[in-house]
Amino acid sequence: MLELNSVNAGYGKARILNQLSLTVERGKVVALLGRNGAGKSTTMKTVIGLLPVTSGQVTFQGEDITRYPCHRTAQLGMGYVPEDRRVFPDLTVDENLEVGRQPPRDARPPWTPAQLFELFPNLLERRHNQGKQLSGGEQQMLTIARTLMGNPQLILLDEPSEGLAPRIVEQMADTIIKLKESGMTILLSEQNLHFARLVADQAYVIEKGSVRFSGSITELDSKPEVLATYLAV
Amino acid sequence: MTAGFIFAQFLTGLSSASSLFLVASGLSLIFGVTRIVNFAHGSFYMLGAYLAYHLIEWLPTGILPFWGSVICAALIVGVVGVIVEVVILRRIYHAPELFQLVATFGIVLVMQDAIFALFGGEDKFGSRAPGLNGVVRIFDEPIPQYDLALIALGPVVLISVWLLLNKTRWGTLVRAATQDRDMVAALGVNQAWLFTSVFFLGSALAGLGGAVQVPRESINLLMDLSIIAEAFVVVVIGGMGSIVGAFLAAVLIGELNAFGILIMPQITIVLAFLVMAVVLIVRPWGLLGKPDAIQHAGDQIDMPLREASLPGKLVGLLVIAALVAVPYVLDDFGIVLATDIIIFALFAASLHFLMGNSGMVSFGHAAYFALGAYASALVFRHLGGSMELALLIGPIAAVVGALVFGWFCVRLSGVYLAMLTLAAAQIIWSITYSWGDVTGGDDGMLGIWPSEWARSKPVFYYLTLVLCGGGVLILRKITHAPFGYVLRGGRDSSVRTESIGIHLLRHRHFGFAVAGLFAGIAGSIYVFSKGSIFPDEAAIPRSIDGLVMVLLGGVHTLAGPLVGAGVFRLLEDWISRLDFWRAILGTIIIVLVVVAPQGIAGFFHTLAIRFGLAKGRESL
Ligand SMILES: Nc1ncnc2c1ncn2[C@@H]1O[C@H](COP(=O)(O)OP(=O)(O)O)[C@@H](O)[C@H]1O
Ligand SMILES: [Mg+2]
Repeated sequence: MLELNSVNAGYGKARILNQLSLTVERGKVVALLGRNGAGKSTTMKTVIGLLPVTSGQVTFQGEDITRYPCHRTAQLGMGYVPEDRRVFPDLTVDENLEVGRQPPRDARPPWTPAQLFELFPNLLERRHNQGKQLSGGEQQMLTIARTLMGNPQLILLDEPSEGLAPRIVEQMADTIIKLKESGMTILLSEQNLHFARLVADQAYVIEKGSVRFSGSITELDSKPEVLATYLAV
Repeated sequence: MTAGFIFAQFLTGLSSASSLFLVASGLSLIFGVTRIVNFAHGSFYMLGAYLAYHLIEWLPTGILPFWGSVICAALIVGVVGVIVEVVILRRIYHAPELFQLVATFGIVLVMQDAIFALFGGEDKFGSRAPGLNGVVRIFDEPIPQYDLALIALGPVVLISVWLLLNKTRWGTLVRAATQDRDMVAALGVNQAWLFTSVFFLGSALAGLGGAVQVPRESINLLMDLSIIAEAFVVVVIGGMGSIVGAFLAAVLIGELNAFGILIMPQITIVLAFLVMAVVLIVRPWGLLGKPDAIQHAGDQIDMPLREASLPGKLVGLLVIAALVAVPYVLDDFGIVLATDIIIFALFAASLHFLMGNSGMVSFGHAAYFALGAYASALVFRHLGGSMELALLIGPIAAVVGALVFGWFCVRLSGVYLAMLTLAAAQIIWSITYSWGDVTGGDDGMLGIWPSEWARSKPVFYYLTLVLCGGGVLILRKITHAPFGYVLRGGRDSSVRTESIGIHLLRHRHFGFAVAGLFAGIAGSIYVFSKGSIFPDEAAIPRSIDGLVMVLLGGVHTLAGPLVGAGVFRLLEDWISRLDFWRAILGTIIIVLVVVAPQGIAGFFHTLAIRFGLAKGRESL
């Protein structure tokens, strides 16, 4: 569904991604693991189109999206949930969801706010509150819900568990599993190996913008040296 | 003054607030989303007035044709706004503020000439609005019906725009984009269209503001800059991006004008700017504004500044030698031009010092140039005609002015700082313009000639070279002194108002004064080179000239101001003889910003680095 082929990218002259290649298959949850500063967020931003690709190729659903502007990639059915929970602070929960709304892309019924409030019950009673009034966990849920309003077929989830209370992390894992069961494809970045184990089928470990390991989660667990070198576990 | 009269005056204030609000709300809306401070907004207002005037004249008289013309004019202006956005502004959304500002000023110049070419230069007086040409008696005072209609129009537009922003999907997207553009794009919204549509609405509102003025005011080619200064004040007082704030501020300014004119007609504009200064000191983001959450994307990190290398110093010596040789190789005309260039090189260098070193973009640096010039002229006139004394007192006056205004300005940053510097310059301008008894008002002050010994062109040239050229060198020394490093340190560590420590604040204040001092020296010399001084020297275009010179030379190059002043003056000298020179100059400015944002000197310097002739950022 998503394929990165020897991608180089970065900020201005600073090249961060170095010949990065990875594949995400339809219906799978793939974890992008790596230490702080390894280039996980940069990968996400490059895929969605917030950062330009300097060389290499990105394809999504068979379409070459390397040079697409961000909104076009999103309209093709890619959702992006940034790591720093960028809810619109002055917009209410309802309005935040409205910004994310896009027409459905396949035969499946589109997400409605009502369904999303079922998935994230905490948001229901907060629907008239502004984004900045929400707690960290609620903001994280709102960014995911907002992305779902665009009826994406693939979601890029940047460190969904970061800075959340353990109880909320569990809730988050449940949600991701539910989404996966509904057929959603997810690429998620994590430093929290435990969380990745709960939800992911496959893993890529990156360091300095290059892939150092790829395989299933079970294979990863059988390689303590990878865990020790790149994840400091 | 009866109560009835006061009430009538109050209503007059409200009705002029309406038009002001229309213009300001458009400006605020555009700024909120695109972060562009659009000088051309005043031109849209002026275009709206001209279009409406001609449509009304052309169509048969009647209520329907009148309002039809007003609305058509607004829509056409909206379309012009869209063209401007798509062709020019879209390319510079990520450029630093200075570039955007200067580009929009280029648009102002082009529009002035375009409107002149289309509609002619004479003032026009619209007829009264059909159906609303009578008066209503309120408390026995006659109130024009049309004023009452305008009073109603303001709130109607306010409510419509508010509903549009708060109750439609488009409005939700616009508000979201105001807060986080990239995130909106990542959710699949095409920002380009969003921005263009905002530009349409904003420009149409400006056009409407101009169109409804037709029955009230004369239509002329000065409308653009006079409204833009006021609209900036309103937007800044209200809080940039806040429509409701713009309404409150427009009413405040409208009333201030209505009553200020009774007490002291000349100083209403000064009052408005004073109110703005006070509001900004108490609430740095305006009445209803929010702290600027978005860091500006355009500010690039520049290469470290180095002392000139040996080849650099050699080139510097060559330049000095060439400057000394000028009177031997050029005729009188050439010497006068060279004198002018050196004066403006110092003016540009002082502005460059302020912006390049301390990151304070001033939209009103002409204030200190004019302060120096006027103080010199006044000293000359009243204290026995001594040029030497005048050249001493002029810069002192400029420093005092810079210390006073600077005290307010250095506390702010970014657009708000720029606006306050603009306000300061407008205050100086309106004093020189309105205080006719002392400054001669619009007629200026004439007969300010150099002392006997300096009267020949070559001698005056050398005097200029010593004072202004010396000034440029001293500015460079200060840049390389520890003081310069402190300023640059403050600039680079993302200047946020709260985080500016007292220490840095004092340095910035001092830096502001230094910039004012050298601008004042340039101004003092300038009076004597011309023999006269006019309020134009304090007006917005003069401040922009300075910015254009800095830009031409390249913001990040120390040689920039010299090159910029030279190129600008020669260019001006050449094209000001042509028809439509404003349009030509404006086009050059726009093209420059879009195509060569590092400036001419910066461009050659980049070339030099590429060919190994220079390393890093040197001070050629
Ligand atoms: N806006 C930016 N500008 C320049 N460099 C950045 C920026 N954001 C991140 N980086 C650099 O890119 C590298 C990778 O960062 P990131 O992708 O955020 O890592 P991760 O998400 O894996 O923690 C880091 O070295 C970081 O310093
Ligand atoms: Mg990250």
